[in-house]
Parts: sequence; structure tokens; C-alpha cells
Amino acid sequence: MTLRFDIPEENLASILAKAFGNRSFLAGFIITALVAAVAIVSFFWTPYDVTRLIIADKTQSPSPAHWFGTDHFGRDILSMIMVGARNSIAVALVAVGIGMGVGVPLGAFAAARGGLVDEALMRLNDLVFAFPALLSAIMITAIFGPGAVNAIIAIGIFNIPVFARVARAGALAIWPREFILAARAAGKSRTLITLEHVLPNIVTLLLVQGTIQFALGILAEAGLSYVGLGTQPPMPSWGRMLFDAQTRMVVAPWMALFPGMAIVVTVLGLNLLGDGIADILDPKSRRQR
Amino acid sequence: MQSLLGRRTGQNMTAYLLKRLIIAVLTLVLASMVVFAVLEIIPGDPARLMLGMNASADQVELLRNQMGLNAPLALRYLHWASGLLSLDFGRSYTYSVPVIDLVRERVVVSLPLALIALALSTLIAIPVGLFSAGRHGRAGDTIAMGAAQLGVAVPNFWFALMLIYLFAVWLRLVPAGGFPGWGAGVWPALKSLFLPAIALALPQAAILARVTRSALIEVLNEDYIRTARAKGLPYRTVLWRHALRNAMIPVLTILGLQFAFLLAGTIIIENVFYLPGLGRLVFQAITQRDLIVVESVVMLLVAAVIAVNLLVDLSYAVVDPRLRSRQ
Amino acid sequence: MSLLEIENLSLTIGGTRILRDIELSVAPGEVMGLVGESGSGKSMTALTVMQLLPWAARATGRVTFDGIDILSATEDQMCALRGDDIGMVFQEPMTALNPVKTIGEQVAEGIRWHTKASRAEAEERARKMLDRVGLPAAQFPLSRYPHELSGGQRQRVVIAIACALKPKLLIADEPTTALDVVLQAQILDLLRDLVAENRMGLLLISHDLAVVTEMADRITILRHGEVMEAGDTARTLSEQLHPYTRQLAQASMHVPARARAHEAGQGKPLLQVAKPLLQVERVTRDYPGRRISLFKRSAPIRAVNDVSFSMAPGQSVALVGRSGCGKSTLARMVLALDEPTSGTIRFRGQTITGKSEADLKPARRDMQVVFQDPYGSFDPRQKVEKLVAEPLHVLEKKPTNAERRQMVANALHEVGLSPDDMDKYPHEFSGGQRQRLSIARAIITRPKLVVADEPVSALDVSIRAQILDLFAELNQKLGIAYLFITHDLTVARAITEAVMVMHEGKIVERGRTNEVLDHPRSEAARALVTAAPDLHRAIARRLQEQG
Repeated sequence: MTLRFDIPEENLASILAKAFGNRSFLAGFIITALVAAVAIVSFFWTPYDVTRLIIADKTQSPSPAHWFGTDHFGRDILSMIMVGARNSIAVALVAVGIGMGVGVPLGAFAAARGGLVDEALMRLNDLVFAFPALLSAIMITAIFGPGAVNAIIAIGIFNIPVFARVARAGALAIWPREFILAARAAGKSRTLITLEHVLPNIVTLLLVQGTIQFALGILAEAGLSYVGLGTQPPMPSWGRMLFDAQTRMVVAPWMALFPGMAIVVTVLGLNLLGDGIADILDPKSRRQR
Repeated sequence: MQSLLGRRTGQNMTAYLLKRLIIAVLTLVLASMVVFAVLEIIPGDPARLMLGMNASADQVELLRNQMGLNAPLALRYLHWASGLLSLDFGRSYTYSVPVIDLVRERVVVSLPLALIALALSTLIAIPVGLFSAGRHGRAGDTIAMGAAQLGVAVPNFWFALMLIYLFAVWLRLVPAGGFPGWGAGVWPALKSLFLPAIALALPQAAILARVTRSALIEVLNEDYIRTARAKGLPYRTVLWRHALRNAMIPVLTILGLQFAFLLAGTIIIENVFYLPGLGRLVFQAITQRDLIVVESVVMLLVAAVIAVNLLVDLSYAVVDPRLRSRQ
Repeated sequence: MSLLEIENLSLTIGGTRILRDIELSVAPGEVMGLVGESGSGKSMTALTVMQLLPWAARATGRVTFDGIDILSATEDQMCALRGDDIGMVFQEPMTALNPVKTIGEQVAEGIRWHTKASRAEAEERARKMLDRVGLPAAQFPLSRYPHELSGGQRQRVVIAIACALKPKLLIADEPTTALDVVLQAQILDLLRDLVAENRMGLLLISHDLAVVTEMADRITILRHGEVMEAGDTARTLSEQLHPYTRQLAQASMHVPARARAHEAGQGKPLLQVAKPLLQVERVTRDYPGRRISLFKRSAPIRAVNDVSFSMAPGQSVALVGRSGCGKSTLARMVLALDEPTSGTIRFRGQTITGKSEADLKPARRDMQVVFQDPYGSFDPRQKVEKLVAEPLHVLEKKPTNAERRQMVANALHEVGLSPDDMDKYPHEFSGGQRQRLSIARAIITRPKLVVADEPVSALDVSIRAQILDLFAELNQKLGIAYLFITHDLTVARAITEAVMVMHEGKIVERGRTNEVLDHPRSEAARALVTAAPDLHRAIARRLQEQG
């Protein structure tokens, strides 16, 4: 499949002006900023201490004292969700960093070299692609035992071929352009051309993919923690909270409701943000509006 | 000339299919090496693990020899890999039965679940995508895509919990979990797979519907759609006859990727519904450090992912005549 | 009684006015030419008649076709008209056909839809239609897919679709713009014959005055969405009453004023000089053939076949030929962007084939390039200063920032732009201005040779004339030699003194531009010359026909 996209011919200022006029971007930006703010606040203040277990307060339904209720150890669910946010964000962010840091250079290199180098790198990509994040996590856990770091590595590895593919496809769409030919006629090396012309023109593409992978990372971290392959207790995590809630669905449904909604809102925000960025930067999709 | 062309076309198709097949086999071999290597670097001696802490060094050594653990690395890989080919995955440390028996027992739960979910998500997504693209920019489209946007953000296992709460705890329509086994009859078995399949399918359907819609909209902007409309075909006819098949190419790509996600999702969802599938097997094996079972299941799932991707590659050739004649 | 009658048509798209008070009519059997530069609203006029406008479009006025009021017709009524009574041919044959359906299906589809014929009947009619447009069954069975056909063949399929039901009106929107001159002549002949056979009305849309003059009985000239002048083709163009008509006609025939310094040495052998600037010796370029099985490939394709020539300093040479003849491949090898399979290329006495990028630096300094597409040849992320300065990369001594800005300012000045433009982005410039930027980038290192690949073919005629003037001026002032790659003989005639005609990878004819173009000897050159539309000739012929 070939990727086609138009390079937007605008500068940063006009893009920013447009961004905040885009509903999808604006909503996504606000939600994401809010989640990030909650995570930061949790470092300094939470309504209750999440490390203290008060069995007397266990499985209380939502009330003015505990907005989202308490869990089976009497911990405040709102406080746990706040602390869990920073865990989710950290894992997903580092995993995106790993994916971009390794995948983008690989993809750009494959596109610049072509031929056998490209073929070999893409086959390597296929190999990594055959291991969904959950399977990598299972293998890593089988070796090193469970932990949040496993989740980061597993999701990060999963991200590498994704970014490599996007970067390669984007770069392949740039390379045949005449301005690249002009740069080659000016005696610039492939590396220099990649740095000066190719990467700046696929940044937007990578940004959109970045928000998608960030959202997927949050979902994956929750899933891994839920099955016990990710963040370990007592560190609060959204996935783990859902695991604890599962056996108590009848007595304390709020234990499942609120952490799940936290995941949905965060992922929704990131996806809206990504859609917004894609909308703003792709003149073709904008024309249809 | 015509026959000459026909033959050339056929050969190129074979070349394409052969290349995809070779790549798939190569990937499978490399993947098996990775899995084997992981098995090798795991700390702990499986023989010691099987015999327990009280066994003497001699007993352990004897078992090591019996298990072939003292042979050279390459030989052991070949032995293991050829075992895989004849479906001999070795024996489980904890159950002391051939792994293949355990897998066979469990795969009849996981595979139907994944397939039902895949079918369900496709059946929901494609019509929604068509509906939305046909009403591009209008209220129906906005509502459908709003729902899809929300669906993409929902983790399937949480969605499963909510479904259990609604249908099993509150409405008491279906069992909250467990699996009666196919021996109990097809209908009770299917009934217990119903909620898990929905939980798996809906979030995937949301992704697929979005992809279908955007692929269709992209295709609808192509010049040949204008040509078709200039022939006098109504918009809906053009959508069905000209746009859908061209839009299938990106949709197929996503469908292939989704199968991998569905497999992973199955493993997680089985834990929500207490289904005795591969997922339960693998997590029990992890806690019991029954590594040979873990590796076998992982290898099996990796092989499934590779096979499905091969299938997708082959279906491109059916959909797109350009692949049949162009390298 | 007109077949198509457009009165007072105005059109806005999302609030932007596209057309204003358009008046136009086509009688049965008549060819109406609609001419204008890009953005004049020609295509939108056609799409209004078809009612295939983008949905934000609002049209007012009256459009009557065969007694039916088009603007108030329902979608069902329009579906009945489209493809049956009105056929349309589009500009881009490469994308106008559905890639996953056979040509037979695509031609038969409209027939089945409108006549309710059975599949077999429709396919039989489709077969006849394809035979008629020059795609015989032996080579082009109904089961062929579009990607197995060339651009010209695909355009024939599109014409077959449009004419399958013998419509009363055929609309052809730039039907030959994407094709080379020889194919253009063939397609125009086909359209002319089809129209005559079936007494169809033809609305021919084109930016090319010469094409329209050759084809049309009457002509309507459009500019910025308004009709400038309309009337009998021959009279309108011979009298040139309206200033815009005159401007268009003159730009179409424009020849830059040059002191013909190089023509002084008449009789001096061209293209074979003692101290050549560029020397191409027996250069061949093969591309690997299509892969026919996993291990076998078909015979390699020879894009350039044993080509030799040389150019003198300051000389302006055209390399002309049909699309796919190998001229662009040859140009890329001259620019050391591609390696010949065999043969050598020497630039200023130095071999440039098989050299590393580092060894090529001296050659790169003296050799620059101008591309066809003024939009694709600039990185949209960079400012003009950086873009124009790009070739300075090859200078031995890196210029300081101030020096660099000075050099860019000079180059911009030389191509008629302001040094203030340095801090703008390329999208702030029009197509013609961008081509000036492209030239500024090419001359900033004061090269000895500029290779220009179709440098004006994407530009409107009036802009084209200005850019040709600029090329001529720089040739005079800076003594730069040009290698012009073009399929347009008027460009070759306008600014080159020697021409080489390329055909199927070989140079089949070479000589003084005027001699070759006036008296072509090789068949390939003759085909090019006779097919090339020429406004003078077309007007003369029209006048003669009318007595």
C-alpha cells in the first residue's frame, strides 16, 4: 500500500490558530490537559492517602466523603484513580518514546536506503509484529517476573514496528518529490536529506500516530495490569483496580465503574486530539467539511 | 497475444503469492528462534523444578539427559522445532501430560470465541462504515462516528465487566461466567460465549467502522468515482459497485491486525468470564512456572498471527488486480 | 434551437464566487471551444451542466439541455441524462478508470444501466464501442484491467464510456492535456470523427488555444469566471478584438526577443564541438525487467540506447520526444542522479559517471536543475532563503550567513523577485513566481549548465511567455548553457538553437532547431511536428475553410 498525503503549506502560527478552532482538537486538548493535570496534582495532594488501609471503611458506596466510594481495603477510589493516572501516563509515554526512538530512525533509514536494507528491516518488522504486546509481556514476565517495567518494555517493543512502518511509508511518499531531487542535485547526502527534508515533512504524521499509540498504550497497560502482568500492588493502577473490582461486582459495582471511566475518558481525549491534529494538518480531509 | 498476456499475468500472481509465503515461513522460523531463545535464558533448571528440591544431583542429571537438556543448543532447537511441526510440544512440568493435550482441550474455547468476535465485529463495522460514508457530514454520520469514537476508547475487559453487571447480575439473562463445555450441547456452550464475544467485538467494530468509513470517503474522492457518476449511476450504486471494493484494501489490512488484537483480547476476556481457554491455561502456567506450556501457547498464537497476515496478503491479490500482474 | 443553452449562470462554492453571468450555447453537431487559464472556471461550467458539483456549490441562472431545466432537475432526472444524453471525458486518464474493474465491465455498466440490456448484449455493444475507439478485440479483450493500458489507451476507454450510448452532447474537459502531442492529435481526431458520425454537440474545454482553434466551430473565452469574448473561432482569433483574446493569442505564439548571437556562426557544426562543456558518449541505461517469476525477470528495458552528443558552453539545446522516450532518464544521468549502464559522461572534461558524491562536488557546482512542477519542487517546510541557498552546499568555502543572504538576494533580483521575498514560505508565491524561485536556486552557484525538465509546461500561457523570456535573458547575461527537456515544440523553437529528437531511447535526429522543426527528416520528428498544435496554422486553415 502506498501512502498519500499532502504536505500542509503553513507555518506554526497559522496552524495553532486553526487548531483551536477545530472542535475535535479543542475537546481532545482540554481532556488530555485535564488528565495530565490530575496526574501532576496527585504528586502533591490526594483527598486520602492511598497507602493507608482502613478496613472499617471498606466498600463504601459513593458519598460526599468518598466521591467515587472506597475499595475492599477502605481506600478512596478517587485518590487511587488520581495516582493511577500518573502510572498509566508514564508507562504509555515511555513506551511511545521507545517506539519512536527506535522505529522512526529504522523506518527513515529503510526508506532512504531501499533495496536489500529496506527488505531486511521490513522483515524484522514483520517478526516483531507477530508478537502482540500481550504475548511479549507474557514472555517477559515468564523470565523476569511481573512488574511495571515489563509492561513498558512489552508495549514499547510493540510500538517499534508501528512507528517504523509509518515513518517508512511517509518517507517513501516524500522521496520521489522533486524537491528531494533538487537537494540531491545540490550534492546532499541521503542522511542529510533525511534530516533536512524528509523528517520535518513527516513530523505531523508521526505526531498523529504518537497520540494513537499513546492511547493504545494506556489501554494495553490497563489490560496487562488487569491480568497481573503490569503494575503490581500496592501501587494503584487502573487495570489492577478493575481486577480487584471483578469479584465484588455485586456488592461494589462502583469499584469497576470509575476506574473504567477514567480509562475511557483518557483514551477518548487522546484519540480526539489525534483526530484533531490529523484534521488540521490534512488539507484534503478539511476540504470535505 | 491474449493468451500470452494471460500466462504472464498468472506467473506474476504466483510470484507474488510465493514471495508472501516465503516471507511468512521465514518470519515463523525467526519467531520460533526467539521463543526458543527465551526458553533458554530463563533462570532455573526445568529438571530440578520437576523433581523438586529434595532430589539428588544424580537424579537431576539423569532427568536432564532424558529430557535432552545436555545436548548442544542447535540440536536442541532442531529437536524442539521438529517437535512443533509434528504438534509435539513436549510435556507439561506440572500436569505431566503432553502439552498438545492441554492445548487441544483449551483451543476449542478460545478459537470459536475469537472467530465469533471477528465475524461479529465485521458484520457490525462494514454496514456502519457504509452508512456513515453514504451520509458523510450529516447527522447520521456524526452520531455513528461519535459512538465509534467512544467505542474505540473502551477497554474490552471493562466493557465485559459492565456487560456482566447488566445482563448477568441485574437482568439475569445469561450466566456471569464459566463454560459448560461443547459436550453439554452447542446452544448452552454458545450462550456462554455470547457476552465474551460481544465484549471483544464491539471495541474492535468501532475501530473497523472508522477505517471503513475513511477508506470509503477517500475512495469517493477519486476520479473514477466521478467517471462512474458521469455514466448516470446513482450515488448509492456507485458506493456499492465502485467504492466498496477499492476501499476493501485498507479494511483488510486492519482486519488482519485486529485478529492479533482479538487473540490477545481473548486471553484477557477469558479471565473475566472464567472460560477454560488458552488464556486461563497460560496464566496458570505462568504462576506455576510451567514454562513449556507458556512457550507452546505463545508459539501457537504467534503462528496464528503470521498465518492470518499471510491470508490478508493473499486476499489483496483477489481484491486488487494490479497485484496480480505487477511486481 | 440550441442543444445546450446556458444563460446568466453564476456559481458560488462555500461563499466564493466561481462563475459570474456565464452565457454559452452548443447546437447539435456543433463544436464549442471553452478556453481559459487555470482558475477561470472552465471545469466548473462543465460540472454544472452535469450537476456533479461539490455539495457546497450554489448555482443560479438557467441551464437548459434539450428542453430540460438542469438546475431544477431532480437527481433521478440527472441520472437518466448522464451517460445517456450527456457524456463526459475527463483530463486525467490515469485515474479516471476504476482499477479493480475490467474495461469491459466499465464500458458495459452504463449501457446496462440505461438500456436495461442483458449482460451479453451490453458486452457486445461495449465490444463494438471499444473497436470504434481504436481498441481492437485481439489486443484489448474486455477482460483487460486499466493498469494494463497506457495513458492514451485509457483515454480511449474513457471516451468509449462517454460515447457508448451516442449522447447528444459530449463534454470533454482537457481531454488531451495529460498526453503527449502525438497522442493528443490521435485523440482529437477520434473525438472529431465521433462527433461527426453521431451529430453530437461537443463542448471542448482546453487551456490550449491552438487545440481549440483546430477543433471548434465557435469559441468562448473565459477569465476569472466571466466570459471575455465569444463567437466564431476563426473570426474571433484573427480579429482579436478583445484585449484579453489578443493577450492570450500572443502569449501562445510568444518567442523571446534574443540577440541571436549564437546564430552568427551559421554552418558551424552544432552538437559536435572541439571544446565541449558536456560530452555524452555511448550512454545506455537499462532497467531491470518485470519479475515474471520468483527467480526470473523478463528482458531488461533499455530506456536510453547508445546515445552520444556534446554541448558547447553557452549553447541552448532542446531534447524533444514523446513521453516515455527516455529523455528524462538521459537528463537524470547528465545530472549524475542516475548511473548509466554503460558509456561515459564528461562535464568540463571531467568524467562524472561512476564517481562518489564527494568527487562530484566540483561538477555539481557548475550544473543545476529546474523542474517541471513549480509546486512540488520546494520543501514546504523551509523558507525561501534556505531553499534558494540549497546548492551553496557544494561550495568549497562555506559562505557566512551574511554572504549567503547577499547571494540569495542577488539571485532573487536576477529572476525578477524582491530580496524581501527571502523570508517567505513557498506557498506564498504563485506558480509563475515559484518557477522564478526555481530558476534563482539554479543560478545561485553561477553554473555553466542548467538542465530544465519541462520547465514551463505546468504554467499558463501568459506566465509561460514571461518565464521563457527570463530563460533567454539569463542565457544572454550569464552565458549559461541550457539543456531543455520538452515535448512542446513551441518551447524548443522559442529559446533553443539546436534540437535533438529522441525516440525509443535513441537520438534519431539532431540539428539546428529551425531546420529540424521546419524540415524534419526522421519519422519520429515528422510525427512530432505534424502533431504539434500551432495557432498560426490553425487560424490560417480555419480561414481557408471558410473561404
